[in-house]
Amino acid sequence: MLKRSIPSITAVALLLLLWQTVCAVGVIPSYMLPSPLEVLRAFISEFPQLFENSLITLEEAFVGLFLGVSVGFAAAVLMDTFSVLYKAFYPLLVITQTVPSVAIAPLLVLWFGYEMTPKIVLIVISTFFPVTVGLLDGFRSVDKDAVNLLRSMGADRLQIFRYIKFPSALPQLFSGLRIAAAYSVVGAVISEWLGGFGGLGVYMTRVKKAFAFDKMFAVIFLISGISLALMALVGLMEKKCMPYRNFDKNK
Amino acid sequence: MEKLEIKNVSKSFDGKPVLKDISIELNKGELVCLLGVSGSGKTTLFNIISGLLQPDGGSVLLDGEDITGKPGHISYMLQKDLLLPYRTVEDNVALPLLLKGVKKKTSRAQVFPMFDTFGLNGVQKKYPHQMSGGMRQRAALLRTYMFSQDVALLDEPFSALDTITKSSVHKWYLDVMENIKLSTLFITHDIDEAILLSDRIYLLSGTPGTITSEIKIREPKPRREDFTTSPVFLEYKRQILSLL
Repeated sequence: MLKRSIPSITAVALLLLLWQTVCAVGVIPSYMLPSPLEVLRAFISEFPQLFENSLITLEEAFVGLFLGVSVGFAAAVLMDTFSVLYKAFYPLLVITQTVPSVAIAPLLVLWFGYEMTPKIVLIVISTFFPVTVGLLDGFRSVDKDAVNLLRSMGADRLQIFRYIKFPSALPQLFSGLRIAAAYSVVGAVISEWLGGFGGLGVYMTRVKKAFAFDKMFAVIFLISGISLALMALVGLMEKKCMPYRNFDKNK
Repeated sequence: MEKLEIKNVSKSFDGKPVLKDISIELNKGELVCLLGVSGSGKTTLFNIISGLLQPDGGSVLLDGEDITGKPGHISYMLQKDLLLPYRTVEDNVALPLLLKGVKKKTSRAQVFPMFDTFGLNGVQKKYPHQMSGGMRQRAALLRTYMFSQDVALLDEPFSALDTITKSSVHKWYLDVMENIKLSTLFITHDIDEAILLSDRIYLLSGTPGTITSEIKIREPKPRREDFTTSPVFLEYKRQILSLL
């Protein structure tokens, strides 16, 4: 694991070094591009505000992600059960994904106000889709012979879902979840940016107006850090839920 | 005594007849082979017997009860083991019990003693992909047995195995069948396998598939592997080849 990440760690270290050198030499003025060390300093001094705001963002992200995944799951099950629904709604779902979220967010603010609701709605819209698509793919990849075998043993639809369809779709579900987790944080930040009282997005608009680029960079890094942590959490759940896959790699 | 009776079963797909007037019976404790070339409708017949397909005409009787087109009475085993990759072997084998509403713990306790009978000791906690093809077929047969201790349909169960594994699986199969009484209907296109394992053989051929003849293998059981090289065996083989 560690050995495999040596190249990527080296690349990041080299980039940081290059960045630091460029700033130290003075090729780019520090108000335009703060050095990594300045960003780190800003991160430490701003930590209380960053922490407070990330709690708000995380709350929106979690609630939105939970609802989005639930909606996505329900949509996938319904569309898999009734092919009419699949034919009717699948194209519509794809269209919802072509609409940029920056365009919907202001509308949502207009409709739902500056509180949490518009943020959560936006996150639901952007996270249910990868889950639905992943699950639908998974349901379709099921071995027909295995389904028939269970039917011959007298299994009903629910049992076929429980013992075959759902577990077969787990890998695709988790790929979807990982994308949804990343979208949830980005979605929260974007909708805060476009109208809200608190959260990392609001913090970003404030430091942008103040031209405090060091703080801007600090919050950018924090946001990617949070996204990565969420994705890692999904990865951990994936390992726990699919123990049979762990044997594959060890073999 | 008749365990399973298939009476005058016919089936067509899109107006093309696949099976015509098939009548076979399986007595209690008997192993009957359905021997036929590919495309003779063997698998269609199995789907009808297991209730997954409705025949155009005729009926399937289990212990005298009409089960035509009703799944849940007779299970089968295929060339593909169809063990679910995400369940351990014991949980795969216990699946038929879970489907019948048995609790997970109870189901494990019920399958546990059978692992010994089926020569599968020690693999309970393994996942299917950690086992060899031969072992997986054994596990699949045990799963079929857990569904029903009296009738099983086996559709070319060992035909995906290589010759050496196959012969060891045959030996294993004959050993296991001495300990359990399973009325078995066995599909195969392997003449040697049919003669070695069965009490009776039905020859299925033609399009649409019909039963062309029935051969009794009078060799007493338990049979040993060396039966396959005996003159009696070769005589049966000659007879079947001339009929096909």
